[in-house]
Amino acid sequence: MPRKPKKEKVTEEPKEEKKSGFGLIRRFINKVIGNIFRKKKHVKLGLYGPPNGGKTTLANRICKDWLGEEMGSVSAMGHETREIQIKEQINIKSGSKELSFNLIDTPGIATRIDYEDFVKKGMKKGQAKKRAKEATKGVIDSIKWLDDMDVVVIVLDATLDPYTQVNITIIGNLVARNIPVLIVGNKVDLKKADLKRIEAAFPQYDVIGISAKFGKNIDKLYEALFVLVD
Amino acid sequence: MSLTLQFIPYSEIEELSSLGRIKKLLKIAKENKIVLLEGRLKKEEETELIKTTMEEINDDFKGIELGVIYPETGEGALMKRIKGGVAKLILGNRMGITIIGPASIVKEIKKDPTKIELFTTTPNKSKKKRR
Repeated sequence: MPRKPKKEKVTEEPKEEKKSGFGLIRRFINKVIGNIFRKKKHVKLGLYGPPNGGKTTLANRICKDWLGEEMGSVSAMGHETREIQIKEQINIKSGSKELSFNLIDTPGIATRIDYEDFVKKGMKKGQAKKRAKEATKGVIDSIKWLDDMDVVVIVLDATLDPYTQVNITIIGNLVARNIPVLIVGNKVDLKKADLKRIEAAFPQYDVIGISAKFGKNIDKLYEALFVLVD
Repeated sequence: MSLTLQFIPYSEIEELSSLGRIKKLLKIAKENKIVLLEGRLKKEEETELIKTTMEEINDDFKGIELGVIYPETGEGALMKRIKGGVAKLILGNRMGITIIGPASIVKEIKKDPTKIELFTTTPNKSKKKRR
């Protein structure tokens, strides 16, 4: 698993310099340079959500669109992504705007993991137990990484009930940490998809309906990312 | 199959540390009882509860189902909102109710802002309880 990044240290200026004009100019220059630096190099964009919502499919779509390669494997069986995956330096463009970020695909967050669910889907018992063990570790890592995100896209399966405690807890934690959130309702290509249900569950957030698999509305998502990062 | 619901008044966890609260609630859930907690945990404690649950999953303990009902104060008439705001200020996390059930017994918790549906698992069929 990639090493968890440490928070940058904030160094304090000498007191005398703070009061002087030189100090003010220096802070202004640092702020401007710092902002450029952050926007261009250090935006960490996390994909969060419950298992099987389509986080890795979306990560693959973004990577394919802008890097020409995929990021991770996808599966109909839950908990396919069991380790944090990172793709660095993705540059996306929209008109004259440009955005650079590191994309972090996280394992789905759940409150229960039963190896027997994998056995029911055809996996051998030993394999299923191993997958369940890795999945629990994946959930722990996803939660640990919450603190290190600059912006987060919550990826929900638009065919399922979005008003679950796990979704509410993740979003509540991001808000408490002042991390900007965008909610994506994925799988809108399916008949059962109901975007209005997501909008009603989280009325205070922007919700975009997409199909990561077929690329539907992906441009809208990119537009929204620019707004989110600004 | 019998079902045990254990009520925990907020005063029982009020003085505990975050870890202490989580350990206490999880211990009850691991005894195959459904916890009815008066009030709610802090947001960070909810994620810590999920994290600790994951650490404790094994062949016997498959995790939990979690549901929280917390009265919203952001809508309605002005007086109602003010009253709600004052109540929230005084009672804090004492308001609302939290349900934590072991995954071996609770199949699913469905919720909307004012209602919780708890689906329990039996060997051959599912029962539905409504509060």
